[in-house]
Amino acid sequence: MSPTTLFGLCGAALVGIGLYGLLTDSRLLRKIIAFNLVGSGVFLLFGVIARRGAAAELFGDPVPQALVITGIVVAFSATALAVALLLRLHEAGGGATFDTPADEAGVKRPDP
Amino acid sequence: MSFELSYELLVGLLVLTAAAWSVAARDTYSATVGFVSYGLLIAIMWMQLQAFDVALAEVAIGSGLTGLLLLSAAARLRAAEARVTSRPPVMLRIVAALACTAVSVSIAATVLRLPESAPSLAGAAVGALPATGLGNPVNGVLMAFRAFDTLLEKVVLVLSLVGVWSLAPEPGWSGRPRLLHPFADDGVLRFLARTLPPIGLLFGAHLMWNGADEPGGAFQGATVLAAMWLLVLMAGLGEAPRIRERWLRVAVVAGPMTFITVGLAGIGVAGAFLAYPEPHAKSLILFVELPMMLTIALVLALLVAGPPEPTAGP
Repeated sequence: MSPTTLFGLCGAALVGIGLYGLLTDSRLLRKIIAFNLVGSGVFLLFGVIARRGAAAELFGDPVPQALVITGIVVAFSATALAVALLLRLHEAGGGATFDTPADEAGVKRPDP
Repeated sequence: MSFELSYELLVGLLVLTAAAWSVAARDTYSATVGFVSYGLLIAIMWMQLQAFDVALAEVAIGSGLTGLLLLSAAARLRAAEARVTSRPPVMLRIVAALACTAVSVSIAATVLRLPESAPSLAGAAVGALPATGLGNPVNGVLMAFRAFDTLLEKVVLVLSLVGVWSLAPEPGWSGRPRLLHPFADDGVLRFLARTLPPIGLLFGAHLMWNGADEPGGAFQGATVLAAMWLLVLMAGLGEAPRIRERWLRVAVVAGPMTFITVGLAGIGVAGAFLAYPEPHAKSLILFVELPMMLTIALVLALLVAGPPEPTAGP
């Protein structure tokens, strides 16, 4: 197996790991981190495709590389906006999740 | 197994371990620290893939600035997160794990079945590079061949800053973002905030100027500048500007506005939006990159600093 393929498999695993965190953790900041892992895995797949496209005395195709640089900046902007939304939710009386504070602590609400 | 591949295997394992840690760690603060180390490790992977420009961007933005943003959010949410004790039912976690494995396996299968002769635009990019006067093909793609993407990305940056500011409570609009580090009085932080900025400014300018021909560029340079400014703010040696200041608003849109102006001029001079007339391509690109770097540095730092907070006094 070539190193490039190995990194491609890593990218595939990263998408899975991130997706799992996104689905199972109710804490919103953890969801943001997990989502960044998914994005990073996708970027890595771009890197693998760029490296495979090595031609014309270059070690990689510059077009996917440039797209990834743009992607990293956009991912950062989205993360900053998501974190700001989360902190505002927290200030406005919400907890660290979308649940009510009682649900967060695992307390069963009385039936209405 | 060759030494080469076992080294790459080690890097891959470390990356996956850091990623798993930032998902599985109980405490969000430790998860965030895991995410920062993940960013540094994946930059090594980018080096191995010979994508040096991406490695620089990943270290500076993906790991550095995102890390700072997440760490300060984790610190502010610590008490609220400690109250979260409920976990999703085991059954749900098993189903989620199976579904995620299926996604990973299908992507892995695609990676293994990629066509032997990979499609590439490297030849086309290198062939057209002399016309731009640049020597770094990645920067040629960013600033010339796919300049539209780069322009829109600047717009995204400005829009997300507008989004973050919009979250300020009403009195915040006359205030300024606050980013005082809890250990601001610490001698080390103040010492670094006094010593590093001159070196950082020089390094940032070097990255941008050299980006024309070597790895680097306006983004990476701007991130270094943003980091230096954030360091000064966190150490309490300076204050962020009030967001209603006119110079600040002008500086925030200066980059995209210059880019759009040069792009529109391209319609008349070179026949297409964002086209550069050939003998002046490089000087025009530098003319666009300078205000762009100022805008990126400002916006990145202000995004980390967060919404403005009400301040006492006028």
